[in-house]
This record gives sequence, structure tokens and C-alpha cells, in this order.
Amino acid sequence: MSALERNQEDRSDRQQQNTEQNSEAVLQTEDLTVYYGKFAALRGVFMKIFKNKITAFVGPSGCGKSTLLRCFNRLNDLIDGCRVEGKVIYRNKNLYSKKIDPVEVRRRIGMVFQKPNPFPKSIYENIAYGARINGYKGDLDELVERSLQQAALWDEVKDKLKDNGLSLSGGQQQRLCIARAVALKPDVVLMDEPCSSLDPVSTGKIEDLIHQLKQNYTIIIVTHNMQQAVRVSDLTAFFNAEEGEKGNRFGYLVEYDKTEKIFENPQEEATREYVGGRFG
Amino acid sequence: MSTTTQERYSKSDELERSRSRPRTIIGTLLTILAFILLGIALLPLFLVIIYVIIRGASRFDLNLFTEIPPAALQEGGGIASAIVGTIILVAIASVISIPIGVLAAVYLSEFSSGRIARWIRFATNVLSGVPSIIIGIFAYGVVVLSTGTFSAVAGGFALAILMLPVVVRTTDESLQIVPQEVRWASVGVGASDFHTVLLIVLPAALPAILTGTTLAVARAAGETAPLIFTALFTRYWPSGLFQPIPSLSVLVYNYAAVPYENQQELAWAASLILVLLILLTSIISRWATGKSTY
Ligand SMILES: Nc1ncnc2c1ncn2[C@@H]1O[C@H](COP(=O)(O)OP(=O)(O)OP(=O)(O)O)[C@@H](O)[C@H]1O
Ligand SMILES: [Mg+2]
Repeated sequence: MSALERNQEDRSDRQQQNTEQNSEAVLQTEDLTVYYGKFAALRGVFMKIFKNKITAFVGPSGCGKSTLLRCFNRLNDLIDGCRVEGKVIYRNKNLYSKKIDPVEVRRRIGMVFQKPNPFPKSIYENIAYGARINGYKGDLDELVERSLQQAALWDEVKDKLKDNGLSLSGGQQQRLCIARAVALKPDVVLMDEPCSSLDPVSTGKIEDLIHQLKQNYTIIIVTHNMQQAVRVSDLTAFFNAEEGEKGNRFGYLVEYDKTEKIFENPQEEATREYVGGRFG
Repeated sequence: MSTTTQERYSKSDELERSRSRPRTIIGTLLTILAFILLGIALLPLFLVIIYVIIRGASRFDLNLFTEIPPAALQEGGGIASAIVGTIILVAIASVISIPIGVLAAVYLSEFSSGRIARWIRFATNVLSGVPSIIIGIFAYGVVVLSTGTFSAVAGGFALAILMLPVVVRTTDESLQIVPQEVRWASVGVGASDFHTVLLIVLPAALPAILTGTTLAVARAAGETAPLIFTALFTRYWPSGLFQPIPSLSVLVYNYAAVPYENQQELAWAASLILVLLILLTSIISRWATGKSTY
């Protein structure tokens, strides 16, 4: 067993203890390793995501935060050459077992992407589409209005619901994507830097939304903004990237704990440097 | 350091244009040269269009669109049967090639794995490079010989093979332009691959697909070689799918070089209609491109 592996094992034990919460784990990874082609982009991740908690993923660019997020709703299936080893357990089922239908997984685990990606359809259709293909029986108009209100976009678009979603500004598009994700009332919402193209006012609104969603949903949010992690999250996971034997970089989970702990009293030197360098 | 930078940029009069600067002179010369070359490149296009218009306009009247071509040495007549024939041929070709081509492209772009896709793309490129006369011979061998008759179906089949690689390639390209993130978004809200392709990707690519297929149709309408020994030619109105059928391009081929002035004039009029058809389809496809999503 290499030093690195032993080190990681210690860490995962400690994380397991430190993050032991009263709430149940909705998602759990066991020795999750993700390859793009031959190279591992993310190695040996053990972690639990707890119900009705907001978990923040932080870490330098390229350390595999988006990659890990995509494992939770099997979106990596769509990437050519991407291979996942290890387990992702969602409510007692291994998502990567052969019996699992990825389409069902994605209905339960919604996602907001790093780059805004509205459908090239009307604003209304952007939200109605997901509901329709999922066989939503209720009032679509009402669903559209409620979702847009939740995403703090309703006032800006209520008079032009027929306009193409692509005609909105970048920040508005991102809020449309958030509305689209929450419209489906998923069990878990994965948010990949949802505020990176938003102004401070909309960011505030989105953060309020995230807090509000916490009542009913489990949320994972990737962010490069340390203050945001502190403001919104209950738990924070810090990832880092390291040079592998063959010179390829791979990411791994360094430390995962309650947010206060990560920011005030991290156990790892790397975490201290990263969050300390940017915060406080 | 910062003061020297300040000083260097403080002489703001250098910002003004100066005609004598070598950079400006070379730039001007290159622009003039490019303009002249552009003129030379466009000249043949204008000459062809103008010449066809001048020669074709003399017979551009109502009779052209209502009467069938006259027999040798007769006066008057039109090219109505050939216009109808071309429409039928192109319709047959479109009905065969557009559904197959679009579905093949959907498979290529959305469902196939890298290696298979590379080979199919390569094969389509080869097919689109095959001279049209060879496609004509193929259709002759496959359809004419087996049905025992020259026919509209044989001609349509040959044109379909000609259109197929164009339809596949343009559809494939238009689907590739739709950003991967949009597919992810659709899959991310729990859509199946089928829903994603049918409700998100194809509608987004539709304007570009229309452009491609319109151009394929225009190209097929102007083809002569594959029709000569498949659809053959007659003066008369099309009488059935398994009968020889007239077409504009073969009419031009047959009549342009005969020693009868009446027939020659009709050939020019038919050329004019073909040119107008191409102009029209280009305009339609530009319009469709203008509506494109990405
Ligand atoms: N589709 C892909 N194909 C190949 N390699 C990929 C792909 N997506 C990500 N990678 C690689 O995986 C590693 C992790 O990428 P990922 O996007 O998960 O990082 P990230 O932590 O989200 O970074 P950022 O903060 O910049 O968004 C990177 O080295 C990247 O080059
Ligand atoms: Mg990312």
C-alpha cells in the first residue's frame, strides 16, 4: 500500500467520523475513481452526502469537482471515454449497478450546469419540457410561474415567456436553468457553480433560494467563492489536484467536514492554505 | 518603469492615421488586389447568369409552362412536360433520400461510437465524390435492367443516391453544431435519448438541415448524367412511374446541340428555369440559415 493510499484511508476514516450526522446519508461514494480515457481525473473518493443538508465542493480548477458531481446523476455516461470505478450509493442502491436505469436516476437527481445551457426553445417551454416528459399532471402555467419565481427570474420574464431562452442574458439564462431544475422537484439538486455568471443581487437571490430549498431537498453546490461556501453550506468538501506518477494530474478529496470546521480549524495543511489564502 | 511607459504613450499624435506609413500603404495595396481578384472570380458567375437570361428570355412566356416540346421542324411549344418530369424525379429522389439520410445522420451524430462513425463519414465522403455518371450506370444496372424499362423510378433512384451523401453530411454537421451541453441539459431533466433527439436536438438543427436538403434538391434537379440512361426522355407528359419521363436537364442536353432553332431556344429557356431554380433554392436556404439557432 503506497503512502498516498494509506494517507487517503486515514482521511476517509476521519471524515467518516467527523461528518457523522444525525441525518441519514442520501448519497454515498465508495472508493470512487473516474477515468477520462486512460488517466484517472479523480481518485479514491469516499464521502457521504446528508439529507436536507447543503454540501459545498471547493478546490482549485481541474481537481474534479464537476466530474464528481456528474457521477451522482450518471451524466458521465454521456462523455466518450469516461469510466467510473467504485460505488455511488443512492438510497441503498448502487447507481452504477447494471440494473439501474440512468433516466430514472436523473429524474430524481437534478442538475444545474457550470455553463448556462437553456434549451433553444421558449422560456416557458424550457421549464415545461422536463415536466411534460416526466408526465406531470398538474397545471403547467402555475408550475412555470412558481419555478421562475423561486429562481428570482419571474419579474424579468413574465411578459415574454414566449421568447427564446437563448435571448436572455447569461445570468438570466443561468436562473432559467435553476428554475428548470427545481421545477422537477428532484430529491437531490446538483449545482455546478450556479452563481459564477450572476451579479451580486441575483447571487443573493439564488442563495436565498438554496436556503429555502433545503427544507425539502438535498443540495450539493460547487463554488469557487469561499464566502459563498460559508454563507450557504452546512458541510464543505475540499478537493485538490496532485501530480501522478506519469505526470498526469488527478484530483482527490482532501478533507470533508462541517463548514465551520473546514474554515476555522482544518485538519489538513492543504485545506488551511487554500481556504486561508482566499478567506479571512 | 511606469513613468517611461507614460512618456512613451504621451505623444498621442501618433494615434492619428498617416497615409505615408509603410503599414498603411501595404494594407491599401492588398485591399485593392483582393478586390480585383474578387471581381475576376465573380465574373464567370455573372456572365453565365446574364447569358442564360438573354438567351432564355425570348421564349419565357405562358406557352413555355403549358405546352409540351414540339417535334422536330415544328414551331412553338413549351417545356411543361419536362418541368413536371423534373418535379416528379426530384420528389421521388427526396422521398427516398431525405428520410434515410436524416436518420443515418442522426445515428451517426447521436448514437454511434467514434470508430464506426469515422468509417461511415469516410464512406459518405467517398460516395459524394463518385462521378454522377457512375451513379447513373449503377442505377441502370440495378433498376432499369431488373425492371426491364427506363423509368421515373430509375431516374429518381439515381438522383436519390446522388443526394444521399449531401443530406447525410449536412444533417450530420448541423447536429454536431448543437452544443453538447444542451443534450446534457435534456438528459439531466430525465429525458430519454429518444426525447432528447426528437424534441431538442432535431428542432434546434432543423434550419440547418433544411438548408442542406434544399441545396441537395437543387443539385439533383440540375443533374443530367444519371438521368440519361435511367429516366431517358420523351416529349410527352409523364404517363407513369415505370415509364420514361422527361426532365429539364436532359431536355437541355438533347435540344441544345440539334440544328433546329426552335429546339435550341427551348433548351435555353429550360436552362434559364434551372438557373432560376438554383437561385430560388439558394435564397430559401439563406433564409432558413438566418433562422438558425446556433
Ligand atoms: N469531458 C472530458 N474529457 C476529458 N477530460 C475531462 C473531461 N472533463 C473533465 N476532464 C478532465 O478532468 C479533470 C477534472 O475536470 P473537472 O471539470 O471535473 O474539474 P473542476 O474541478 O470542475 O474544475 P473547474 O473548477 O475549473 O470547473 C480535468 O483535468 C479535466 O481536464
Ligand atoms: Mg467544474
